[in-house]
Amino acid sequence: MRGTVPVRCTSRVTEILSDRPTSLVRMTTTALPTYEDAVSRYEPVIGLETHVELGTATKMFCGCRTDFGAEPNTQVCPVCLGLPGALPVANRAGIEATIRIGLALNCDIAEWCRMARKNYFYPDMPKNFQTSQYDEPLCVDGYVDVEVDGKQYRIGIERVHLEEDTGKSLHVGGATGRIHGATESLVDYNRAGIPLVEIVTKPVPGLGALAPEVAKAYVAELRDIIRSLGVSDVRMEQGSLRCDVNTSLNKPGEEWGTRTETKNVNSLRSVERAVRSEIIRQTSLLDVGTRIFQETRHFQETTGDTRSGRSKETATDYRYFPEPDLVPIAPDKAWVAELKAALPEKPSSKRARLREDWGISATDMESVANAGAVELIEETIAAGASPAGARKWWMGELARRANETGVELAAVGATPAQVAALQKLVDEGKLNDKLARQVLEGVVEGEGDPAAVMAARGLGVVSDTGALTKAVDEAIAANPDIAAKVRDGKVAAAGALVGAVMKTTRGQADAKTVRDLILERLGAS
Amino acid sequence: MAAISREEVAHLARLSRLAVTEEELDRFAGQLDVILQSVARIGDVAADDIPPTSHSVPLTNVYRDDVPVPCLTQEEALSGAPDAYEGRFRVPQILAEED
Repeated sequence: MRGTVPVRCTSRVTEILSDRPTSLVRMTTTALPTYEDAVSRYEPVIGLETHVELGTATKMFCGCRTDFGAEPNTQVCPVCLGLPGALPVANRAGIEATIRIGLALNCDIAEWCRMARKNYFYPDMPKNFQTSQYDEPLCVDGYVDVEVDGKQYRIGIERVHLEEDTGKSLHVGGATGRIHGATESLVDYNRAGIPLVEIVTKPVPGLGALAPEVAKAYVAELRDIIRSLGVSDVRMEQGSLRCDVNTSLNKPGEEWGTRTETKNVNSLRSVERAVRSEIIRQTSLLDVGTRIFQETRHFQETTGDTRSGRSKETATDYRYFPEPDLVPIAPDKAWVAELKAALPEKPSSKRARLREDWGISATDMESVANAGAVELIEETIAAGASPAGARKWWMGELARRANETGVELAAVGATPAQVAALQKLVDEGKLNDKLARQVLEGVVEGEGDPAAVMAARGLGVVSDTGALTKAVDEAIAANPDIAAKVRDGKVAAAGALVGAVMKTTRGQADAKTVRDLILERLGAS
Repeated sequence: MAAISREEVAHLARLSRLAVTEEELDRFAGQLDVILQSVARIGDVAADDIPPTSHSVPLTNVYRDDVPVPCLTQEEALSGAPDAYEGRFRVPQILAEED
């Protein structure tokens, strides 16, 4: 470290770094144990800290908007820029959302608590402190039940507290736009002050080899619970749900080991990979008698492993103290009871209920939940589609399109009512599968409802038997060899003729009708 | 005994990125000590029936509604910044060397 960081810090970091044996570097790159080997000899303990950006219209302590993607520094004011004399006032919606999250996670709600200043010197917070909570979190002592391979695991929740998000820094001059090697940083404070809820689990021991999967299942469950509350869009890829994963290892019967904290874990899959790779890495160190340093590590999306970040020892003196500019929070008991009574159905109960209704496997239901399609399919069924039909479109064509364009499934451009209407046209034989997909494309492009798109694009199954028969006869005449085979009883050869007919009708015929017609004309049916 | 040591003042100055000379360390340590000793006397006076407090007024639950109000413009926001670039605050490098 150099520059604004005083010399004393430099020597401290150097000490810590030089303390690490150089052989360690070789170990981590070559002789890695397998995962199975690692978990057969060491027991992992995991812990997760999750940050959820709330979807309030305004920031936590000022009335600035929170629109995503606005021009830099256009959603800022004296309060969130930390200008002298500016005073914060708490957003009631932020308090309410935090309490609702706490209640949904089976927490006790504090009768009285305060915000605190977390002091640190870093340009992402212009006040030089983050307004957060310290020893008086708004919600404490809850739990979440998650299911992995049909078995339930209870993850204890230590605390849920309210704080504010930081600004966004752009690091200039570094090789990869990352902080390391950057010569300067450009800061946008639009995000600074947006309410952020931090959810911290208790340490979870005893998971053994399943630790990575349970960690992933926990984050997925947390995401579903918070989504069901409607307080955040909980999109990991956009950063409204962020996860830090703590991992430590110990030998059976021994005390828990030193933990590392992995940041930059931006997808459910990464949660699983991060725990897994940390277990392998720590095993490789412990095997050669190297102690684990408590440090922050960064998950590498491309390689799936973690890389050392800032040393934790240099950054722990936050000098927390109660925020004098905000009065204590004392949630009224009746209000809390009201919020508790109004909580929505638990996502896990809802999934179990719908899974039974729809007649699908647990794995399929998991995919539906992961795709954010539960409500969409539910509404499509309510609009008249069969469970299978509704699921097929949302999980197939539309999920693919959402993936490709990087939008939420709900924002893909088709409504449940339109999907139900499309399936109805298929069920009535007016569209075949291929045509239906073209119609759906038109719907997504904003060309109107399925019936309108079908008419406008001239799509629709050719049901005119005269026209079909003509096309069939032409195909037979053009392919005498194949026709002869079919006549001789090689019915499978008819496929080529069906293909030819589908081609001349531009796919607008029902393949089964065409096939029946061909077999009939060739006397093979 | 002093309520704050010279080393503690140096530590706080470092955390706040304040360049403090040796001379200033002596002076500030002395001044801060007077302040801290004065505040500590309140603790001596306060009886057991007076709970510690962080706020001078007995208020709780002061909130505002979640309704947007006009923000500063980008020009206004950046007007006091020592340096800016393309609508953003420009600051010196944060971490120079790592690992």
